[in-house]
Amino acid sequence: MNQVGVETKTEMVTVYIMGQAYKVPAGLTILKAMEYAGFRLTRGVGCRGGFCGACATVYRLPGDYRLYADLACQTPVRDGMYLALLPSTPAERKPYDLRKVKPGGETLLSLYPELARCVACNTCTKACPQKLEVMDAVQAALRGDVAQVAELTFDCLSCGLCTLRCPAEIPHYHVWQLSRRLYGAYLAPKAEHLRRRLQEMREGKFQAELDRLMSLSKEELRELYKAREIEPE
Amino acid sequence: MAAELRLSRENLNAPFVRKVEELSGQNVFACYQCGKCSASCLFAEHMDLLPNQVVRLVQLGDEGVMGARAPWVCAACLACSVRCPRGVDVARIMEALRQLGLRRGLTPVELRLTPDLPQIALVGAMRKVTP
Amino acid sequence: MNRLVYFPGCALKDQAQGYEAATLAAVQALGYAVQELPRWNCCGTVYALAQDDLMRHVGPVRNLIRAQEQGATELLTLCAMCYNTLSRSALFVRNPENLRRINAFMDEEEDYRGGVRVLHLVQWLAEIGPERLARAANPGLQGLRIGAYYGCTLLRPKEVAVDHPEKPEIMEGILAALGAEPVLFPERVECCGAYLAVTRPEAVRLRVGSILLSAAHHGAELVVTACPLCHFNLRERRPLGAPRLPVAYLGEVLAWALGTQPIPEEIARTVGVRR
Ligand code: SF4
Ligand code: SF4
Ligand code: FES
Repeated sequence: MNQVGVETKTEMVTVYIMGQAYKVPAGLTILKAMEYAGFRLTRGVGCRGGFCGACATVYRLPGDYRLYADLACQTPVRDGMYLALLPSTPAERKPYDLRKVKPGGETLLSLYPELARCVACNTCTKACPQKLEVMDAVQAALRGDVAQVAELTFDCLSCGLCTLRCPAEIPHYHVWQLSRRLYGAYLAPKAEHLRRRLQEMREGKFQAELDRLMSLSKEELRELYKAREIEPE
Repeated sequence: MAAELRLSRENLNAPFVRKVEELSGQNVFACYQCGKCSASCLFAEHMDLLPNQVVRLVQLGDEGVMGARAPWVCAACLACSVRCPRGVDVARIMEALRQLGLRRGLTPVELRLTPDLPQIALVGAMRKVTP
Repeated sequence: MNRLVYFPGCALKDQAQGYEAATLAAVQALGYAVQELPRWNCCGTVYALAQDDLMRHVGPVRNLIRAQEQGATELLTLCAMCYNTLSRSALFVRNPENLRRINAFMDEEEDYRGGVRVLHLVQWLAEIGPERLARAANPGLQGLRIGAYYGCTLLRPKEVAVDHPEKPEIMEGILAALGAEPVLFPERVECCGAYLAVTRPEAVRLRVGSILLSAAHHGAELVVTACPLCHFNLRERRPLGAPRLPVAYLGEVLAWALGTQPIPEEIARTVGVRR
């Protein structure tokens, strides 16, 4: 029954979750469908809004050889879908001291020499739910163009789908993160206002205000929070 | 390599020999052991088997040759291939042995990485000796 | 102006930037506009020799598609390794069945139709002809004794060799036209050890020592190469006691000859350029 008392029938579809068939309402996202089917997700879910990259999923559709990759929180179920949630991608993030490495190919390749194994198959690009040009970014990394890598991967969610699909076994998203850090630390134009603000903080300009906040009770803080200025939408 | 090799029809038709022929696209039995490949090879001094011996062991069906040092030292410079009087592309046989070895889980070569190595060296080495 | 579509490759954008800059300026001085492919990927550097290793042709053929998208029928390379892999893959897909399989795999790209000829700088210069080079060679190379080192990838296999694989003279012809005195030495066609720099550096050092000795012994004052990996090995992987011969790229000596770039001080000193 809906609100006006008319009998409606929810259309149901069949999905195969980790090999088992479930009937779920059409129109749900994969994530909601899994919960509807009774899965309690403690891993493989985070923001539910397509930002955190925790809900990487692969699936196939009937009559289609392709292995699709997408975010479970953003992808509606389809009838006959076979799917598996991939809550994490095993990939090693190499340790480095950002202050000691150079922003160039030498750094990327000595930490991740497997970049040199890319066969330019483009499988990573096809897997990326963010529609990034992943292979181009790998190629830019290979030729040491850190700025280009940072640019191409700005919207990466670290979902790891490219990394799982890559025949060259490259841990893409770690390379992206390193490149963006190198870019921020060495190549991006310095933000003058940030430098000034940091200076002001060091000089204690906000100390009195902070001290006042620290002395408030929980109740007073709560009031203050409610009354905070919110940016207009 | 096997300590003892038995010459038999089975060895000569072994799946290993056929697989090497298939991957290399070469008739390994075309080789008549003249040794010109070994004379041409600039890296033979670093090998445990000479290139012609590698081909001989393949003819005899000795799978141990995949684990020998020779195919992994080969730089694919093709000096042997252009000089073989029988038209055997020995470098392709070496590649077939590396590929078969890698696919069976052998990784006998250590990468000695230094930060100054150019990409072209890394890409080349990774393609030849990593699975 | 005649247009040349150009595939750089990783090395030319990193440690061989000098080779690229010198060559492109010189080629322009010869009256050609060079247009770099707007998008490209690694050529693979070593050609896949196993029959079933289709995947490794995908990268090179993808680059040929990029050239096709630009309407190019020729694709210029400066790196000998890029030349080798790209031109061999171009041959590989002359077989219709191979072409069909590679195209089917790259369903996100337009089909490769097979019309791109891969060309190395050496071939391009030879095709321009010695007269034209000689006319443009001002100040010229002033009788510098140069040993051209070919290495492997310009000469082997035969199908893609830029000249006779055992007795090449194409680079010597170019150098002579530019006013140098070419020096032939036996090791000029022998491998420098290539990527063994990663797995067996000691083997590379032995090779490099032998190559430099051979060049010096035959009177070369300078060794010229067109391969960034040879260049790296010949300079950075010398054994102790190797002859102190300078090594330069073909594109660099071209630029010196045409006067688009001065001879670097240290080379001028070592070779004692007659000014
Ligand atoms: S680049 Fe890789 S890790 Fe990043 S969003 Fe795309 S598929 Fe996920
Ligand atoms: S999936 Fe791996 S090998 Fe294929 S293009 Fe992407 S990075 Fe390269
Ligand atoms: S749950 Fe965060 S992206 Fe899907």
